Amino acid sequence: MSVPASAYLLLSAALFTLGTVGVLVRRTALILFMSIELMLNAVNLAFVTLARMHGNLDGQLAVFFVLVVAAVEVVVGLSILVHIFRSRDTVDVDEVDLLRG
Amino acid sequence: MEVLLFAVSAALSLAGGVGVVAARQPVHSALSLLLVLGSLAVLYLTLAAEFLAVLQVIVYAGAIVVLFLFVIMLLHARTPESRPSRVGGQWSLAVPLGLALWAGLSSAALQLPASARAVGPEFGSTEAVGRVLFREFLLPFEVASLLLVVGIVAAVVLASGPGTLPSAPPARGREEA
Repeated sequence: MSVPASAYLLLSAALFTLGTVGVLVRRTALILFMSIELMLNAVNLAFVTLARMHGNLDGQLAVFFVLVVAAVEVVVGLSILVHIFRSRDTVDVDEVDLLRG
Repeated sequence: MEVLLFAVSAALSLAGGVGVVAARQPVHSALSLLLVLGSLAVLYLTLAAEFLAVLQVIVYAGAIVVLFLFVIMLLHARTPESRPSRVGGQWSLAVPLGLALWAGLSSAALQLPASARAVGPEFGSTEAVGRVLFREFLLPFEVASLLLVVGIVAAVVLASGPGTLPSAPPARGREEA
């Protein structure tokens, strides 16, 4: 492992930050989902890096389960999104405000 | 060699991440996400996680991004954010907050010891991961399969149900369930 683990962790932090900024500034629900995927992948990279550092496979198994949860989340989220688009003709999260007080 | 591979993959994944956040069209965001996922798969290979690298390509790039592209196609991708947002000043607030978050995470990452433990060539192989998965993580594995079934059923219900979610009368919604 000639590249230090902290370099991988810095990259992971940068990707997580990009995902966070995406969730904060974008309003298209599809791009919000993609930003969430970006954050999940950043965390996965940190898991794999630390698993390699400690020589323990548990971190890689955590990534496996994150993959499963991410797949389910995307399927359910996107089908809800298609429903919202069919009824309201928009996927802008500012427009979907039925629960607004 | 490994340093070069890391540098190229890291640069590509960062470029892809910026593309996801900054692209105007959702299609470009999805393709940037594909770039991030591919370069992360390369990084997994350098971190001795070959099983996860293959899984990343098959599940993420093969299934999830394709699903995104299908939905973009269904929604005609005609969703430009032309109108100004109701909440102003999001960029000017989000960028400093993001930088603060990155600084905090980086300071935590830099405090770690740099030494990595030596691992054998079988570390991260399908056989090794499978052995841990079916011995120590058998119960979470079964729960994950249950979660996948719930996801499939939810997708079928949402995709085949007539009417629309927010405007449907409540009584009809209950009959559906």
